[in-house]
Amino acid sequence: MDRQLLMGNEAIALGAIRAGIRLATGYPGTPSSEVLETIARERSDGLYVEWSVNEKTAVEVAAGAAMSGARVLTAMKQVGLNVASDPVMSLNYVGVKGGMVIVVADDPGPISSQTEQDTRHFARFAKIAVFDPSSPEEAYLMIEDAFNYSEMIARPVIFRPTTRVCHSYASVNLAESRSSHSQNGGLGFTKDGGKWVIFPKLAYENHVKLEETMAKLGQVFSDYPGNILLDGGKKGIAASGVSWLYAREAVANPGAGFECKQLKVATIPLPESLCLEFLSGLDEVLVIEELDPVIERELIYLCGRYGLKTVIKGKLSKHIPNAGENSPSGVKDAILRFLTPDSPQIIDKASSHEPRRPLPPLPARPPVLCAGCPHRASFFAVKEAVKTQKAVFSGDIGCYTLGNAMPLDMVDTCLCMGAGIAQAQGIHRVEPDTLNFAFIGDSTFFHTGLPGVANAVYNKADIIIAVLDNSTTAMTGGQPNPGMGKTLMGGDAPKLSIYNILAALGVDQLQRVDAFDFEAAKAAAQKAAGASGVRAIIFEGLCVALGKTKSPLKVDAASCTGCGACVRRLGCPALSIRGKGAAIDPVLCAGCGLCKYLCRFDAIGS
Amino acid sequence: MTNCLIVGVGGQGTILAARLVGMAAMEAGLSVRGSETIGMAQRGGSVASHVRMGGEIFSPLIPPGEAGVVVAFEPGEAVRAAEYLSPRGIAVVCDRPIQPAAANSASAGAYSAASCMDWLRASAPVLYEADGEKIIARISARCLNVALLGIAIGAGAFPFETKHMEAAIARRVSERYVKMNIDALRRGMALDF
Ligand code: SF4
Ligand code: SF4
Repeated sequence: MDRQLLMGNEAIALGAIRAGIRLATGYPGTPSSEVLETIARERSDGLYVEWSVNEKTAVEVAAGAAMSGARVLTAMKQVGLNVASDPVMSLNYVGVKGGMVIVVADDPGPISSQTEQDTRHFARFAKIAVFDPSSPEEAYLMIEDAFNYSEMIARPVIFRPTTRVCHSYASVNLAESRSSHSQNGGLGFTKDGGKWVIFPKLAYENHVKLEETMAKLGQVFSDYPGNILLDGGKKGIAASGVSWLYAREAVANPGAGFECKQLKVATIPLPESLCLEFLSGLDEVLVIEELDPVIERELIYLCGRYGLKTVIKGKLSKHIPNAGENSPSGVKDAILRFLTPDSPQIIDKASSHEPRRPLPPLPARPPVLCAGCPHRASFFAVKEAVKTQKAVFSGDIGCYTLGNAMPLDMVDTCLCMGAGIAQAQGIHRVEPDTLNFAFIGDSTFFHTGLPGVANAVYNKADIIIAVLDNSTTAMTGGQPNPGMGKTLMGGDAPKLSIYNILAALGVDQLQRVDAFDFEAAKAAAQKAAGASGVRAIIFEGLCVALGKTKSPLKVDAASCTGCGACVRRLGCPALSIRGKGAAIDPVLCAGCGLCKYLCRFDAIGS
Repeated sequence: MTNCLIVGVGGQGTILAARLVGMAAMEAGLSVRGSETIGMAQRGGSVASHVRMGGEIFSPLIPPGEAGVVVAFEPGEAVRAAEYLSPRGIAVVCDRPIQPAAANSASAGAYSAASCMDWLRASAPVLYEADGEKIIARISARCLNVALLGIAIGAGAFPFETKHMEAAIARRVSERYVKMNIDALRRGMALDF
């Protein structure tokens, strides 16, 4: 047996390949991106994988393949599911033929997201079954179960890891052989008398079946090995995902001396008879889960329905925090308080705070644009160009959201993928004497930026679209996008020209400029600011994460007056004041030259 | 079980270091579990990689007070992570500060790496100080991570041997950098900078 150190997302990918997927799609988003990247890296012939332009498209491509009998996977982060929700909702009514697993990574914390939404809620709303793994090993095996169940019910299922499963790693035993799944009724699209065409009548009929299916799953999931019941005591702990591991660590610790019943819930619908077996004879239950109190509410419901007197504690009763990520120590404390409320350990903990040496002042470290980032140059150009004018800067999702930080302070709004261009239009309708810039990255432009542009041209908006084209999808780790001339499979691809697209959409005041040609970039921004209507500037400059090409710059101590302008105005991580003058960290500096351009004393050079 | 926490500033190479520690432990036949910081914080934020090795491991995160070794790539981050050190834990700390861009531009000014090092000298049960400027000048910024791992191995902080780490480097690092990294590892072990 092969044993490998795998990250959760890698385990999901390898498990899916083992389960016999023929096609995989997705759109990058932390913490889900490595699933597709690993499939692309480890795939064998006959497996097609793509970064789709957005999550909606990804689900639709996968749906077509699954209707044609193939096993398919599609991967995204939780907010990506919002974009994909239209096809996902309907697809569950229409159904699939080949197994279809939608991997949706939730992000408690949130660590890299705009919401703490809980995909289990979405799945309940859509009436889709959910598999909720707790570790990379479990994910590796569970993904295949997800495919099997999907084929059994002929509907998509959701596989929902959280960040601490996606980005944790473990030594995983890899099975030797490919699993022996037989293609469900063979490959190929069968017309099947309207089965694939959603009409109200069909929606009604399928709704009835859907309710039956979900009820049945609630029964069969009691035998699903991912749902676990451990016996003991009059109190019980129910947990899911990584919280189950935190709870096990607290309870299984030799010497902890705890006795309690333990329930691991890995599926939605909840395994009803297993839950009832768990509840039976218990006085109290503590539910430990992340994001929303989904299991907690279900158990409360079961108690009501079956007239049980068990008290259910958790997020609703404020025994577990109702926002943010759980931690091993937080879970341990909650369990301790729940199981042994009068224990001396708790009293100890509260009273005998170890006298700790006071900490020295520590720096806050908000994420920042890299040294040499082309976005800093573009933001700086616009900032300089319009500094005396009233302007609002709409941003979008990507590295360039970090342009909001001081001293750049160039992102006033950020809502969701593609929103900035449309938001700018709305702001301008209310405040017409304002210059409205909308910054958007190249990948985001293709993802959901286009409709906003069409809307602007059609409705005669008065905005300046600033496309920050760094030739990659930087924030998520540099995935290819339609503007780059390559795909995830590695082959050449047509390069979609943002310039031509904007022109075709009717944007006629169109400029393209090198972000590192600082004067030209500023002049382009000034020209756009002086005009009206829908204007666009494409700022081009490669992301430094793609490789640094220039040598670091140096400060000439003799010429530097220590005025601090470079440090104060750019927020570049490579620049600092050391002693009397500026200093450039040679490890970080990418040689972009923005500070050299800005210095009035000619103190920076190569 | 041996718990190793690796901390630093996004972009410093902590993720690779943690992978190498995990792979070396697997080379030595141990089970491994851990967790990474991937996402926004990689752009200059505080990052922490947790690696737990040997025995039955449940949680991918190390609870505070249970890290046998903390490898810190940056002094401020070392202080931030100190609560994770076990009572006899070993701290390996690179003394070269990375000042946050925000501190540079705001009136707050730079933080004091020297006072962080003083605090660590007074607080860490066992402290190995690594001269970051020297490592970068004499080896390479690219190998800072492996040099620090070398110091930790030399300190006996890990449940595996040098050969296991060398095997992990050979498997994980791209071929043209293997020699450079193994050299950095040995110089770290010998505290030869
Ligand atoms: S990764 Fe690229 S786009 Fe993102 S901040 Fe760094 S240089 Fe800029
Ligand atoms: S702007 Fe020029 S003179 Fe002023 S601190 Fe920077 S390098 Fe020195």
